[in-house]
Amino acid sequence: MTPLLDIKNLWVKFPTRTGVVEAVRGISFSLGRERLGIVGESGSGKSMTGRAILRLIRPPGIIEADHISLHDQDLLSLSEAKMRAIRGQKISMVMQDPKFSLNPVMTIGAQLIEAHRLHSKSSRAEARTKAIEMLEAVSIRDPERVMKAYPHEMSGGMGQRIMIAMMLIPNPEILIADEPTSALDVSVQGQVLSIMDRLVKERGMGLIFISHDLNLVSQFCDRVLIMYAGRIVEVCDADKLHQAQHPYTRGLLGSLPRFDTPRARLDVLQRDPAWREAPSVEARP
Amino acid sequence: MSTSNAFVKRQPRLPLPPWLRGLVVTLLSISVTMLGLLFVTFVIGRVMPIDPVLAVVGERATEDQYNAVFLELGLDKPLIVQFFYYVWDVVRGDFGTSLLTARPVADDIARVFPATFELATIGILFGCLLGVPLGVIAAVRRGSWIDQIARVVALVGYSMPIFWLGLMGLLLFYGILGWVGGPGRQGIFYEDMIPSVTGMILLDSAIAGDWGAFWDAFSHIVLPASILGYYSLAYISRMTRSFMLEQLSAEYVTTARVKGMSEWAVIWRHAFRNIRVQLITVIALSYANLLEGSVLTEIIFSWPGIGSYITTALLSADMNAVLGGTVVVGLVFICLNVFSDLLYKIFDPRSK
Repeated sequence: MTPLLDIKNLWVKFPTRTGVVEAVRGISFSLGRERLGIVGESGSGKSMTGRAILRLIRPPGIIEADHISLHDQDLLSLSEAKMRAIRGQKISMVMQDPKFSLNPVMTIGAQLIEAHRLHSKSSRAEARTKAIEMLEAVSIRDPERVMKAYPHEMSGGMGQRIMIAMMLIPNPEILIADEPTSALDVSVQGQVLSIMDRLVKERGMGLIFISHDLNLVSQFCDRVLIMYAGRIVEVCDADKLHQAQHPYTRGLLGSLPRFDTPRARLDVLQRDPAWREAPSVEARP
Repeated sequence: MSTSNAFVKRQPRLPLPPWLRGLVVTLLSISVTMLGLLFVTFVIGRVMPIDPVLAVVGERATEDQYNAVFLELGLDKPLIVQFFYYVWDVVRGDFGTSLLTARPVADDIARVFPATFELATIGILFGCLLGVPLGVIAAVRRGSWIDQIARVVALVGYSMPIFWLGLMGLLLFYGILGWVGGPGRQGIFYEDMIPSVTGMILLDSAIAGDWGAFWDAFSHIVLPASILGYYSLAYISRMTRSFMLEQLSAEYVTTARVKGMSEWAVIWRHAFRNIRVQLITVIALSYANLLEGSVLTEIIFSWPGIGSYITTALLSADMNAVLGGTVVVGLVFICLNVFSDLLYKIFDPRSK
């Protein structure tokens, strides 16, 4: 089976006055119709990886790779206009905080309709029907009213469900979820995740789930990449995350507080400079 | 302290529909601001070391004449009563008589204000139509040559003295190239040929259907208006640039790009919509500044506007004219504020 997305030797670099900052340093992985988790601390390059796939690293940032292939088509060689047809329609992204990721001065309806009409030649009325269907699919009650509302009138959980609806409207094949629940209350997190999970499964999509929450990822995903300093240090099946071998992963797991076995002091991660230099683990078949 | 919150008194509400209540509140706040302004001009009028009676009767008047006018002006009454008379006069549009022109100040202002209004409006149009796109492009292409040019254009606008710029403009475009009309509002052939309806010659000539006069007036207004507008352009373009930079780094802009929108749509449909409210404030302030009347521009271009009217009046101690002009300028400020508040409500859903 050829994977949906195949990435080989991806680098993201930012030239600055004091030298080049390398946010992602030569990672390779592939994605099938599965839920792939990417975990790591802040600055480990996980968000940059997500944005690089969509070619949304703003200048002066540079994306380099042997290839980023979607169905054997290299995204890096596409023109900007062709890339726009990929964005939204083939690969989409849900970001962290719906408070900031929805346009505050446009109605939710206008934003949903716009997302649909960008990639289909449907009329405004058809797009409207489709938008309402999509809002129902993410369990929004009274979608007619929500269509006319503005983002500030929504709660965080509703906002994120609307965001998911908006990103899934053009029926993409891959959804990148960049910490989609970090800004939400714990009680709402589960609800948003289960909706996302159901839609991704129903549509047979590939999901890249970027998070720093190890427990969440181990429960929710099929496979997990652990990133450190712009490289992949370990790949494992999500249900076997607790048997991970790499000292960094073990350290992350060890620094988690647990309800069942409370401890007075949590372990502090002891970093080995060798991790930084170790070659990136290939997560391709 | 938690108990005190339980007994928060509800404000009694007027039994009116919301829009009407808004209107009442707005009108009330305008009148209070206006009353404050009138109080200030009134006090200035009283504390100035200019005898209002002498100003009317002249220095060679007899004691009887002096006393008669003193009583006629109501100066024997308590200050607070005088203030109410003053307010009542202003409400009826009576600002007294100008010493300089020997005509009612209200008539003078009705004559000079349209000239300033015409100049300021064309100036601000010029400033907006060029300044806003320039600022947006400078923000989008940050650090490029176009951003550098925009920076220099704004710097020149901020730092060049207007009398120099005005004189050089006249010398080049009128004196050497002959592209535009000279100082004044009209060429000599057209002077007083157009019946005055609005006092704005461009409008009046268009109403009269006299297109020769229209183009003549246009060629006279274009240079002073662009020089005046250049200052607004500098300010507006810089502010637009910084507003846009702030919005372009916002997450919803990334969302729009993720959707697959073109960069043009991302900028104008998404980012620009979010700076409209801030832009309105900036533009309203610049417009108010231009409406006050730019004394230097009006003097260089012999433009009979309110700026040169007030300045001339001030230099000849014509207090009625000065205070009348001040009240009108204040009123313009208040109206612009109310108008921009109204636009906020339209453009920003969060302010409802």
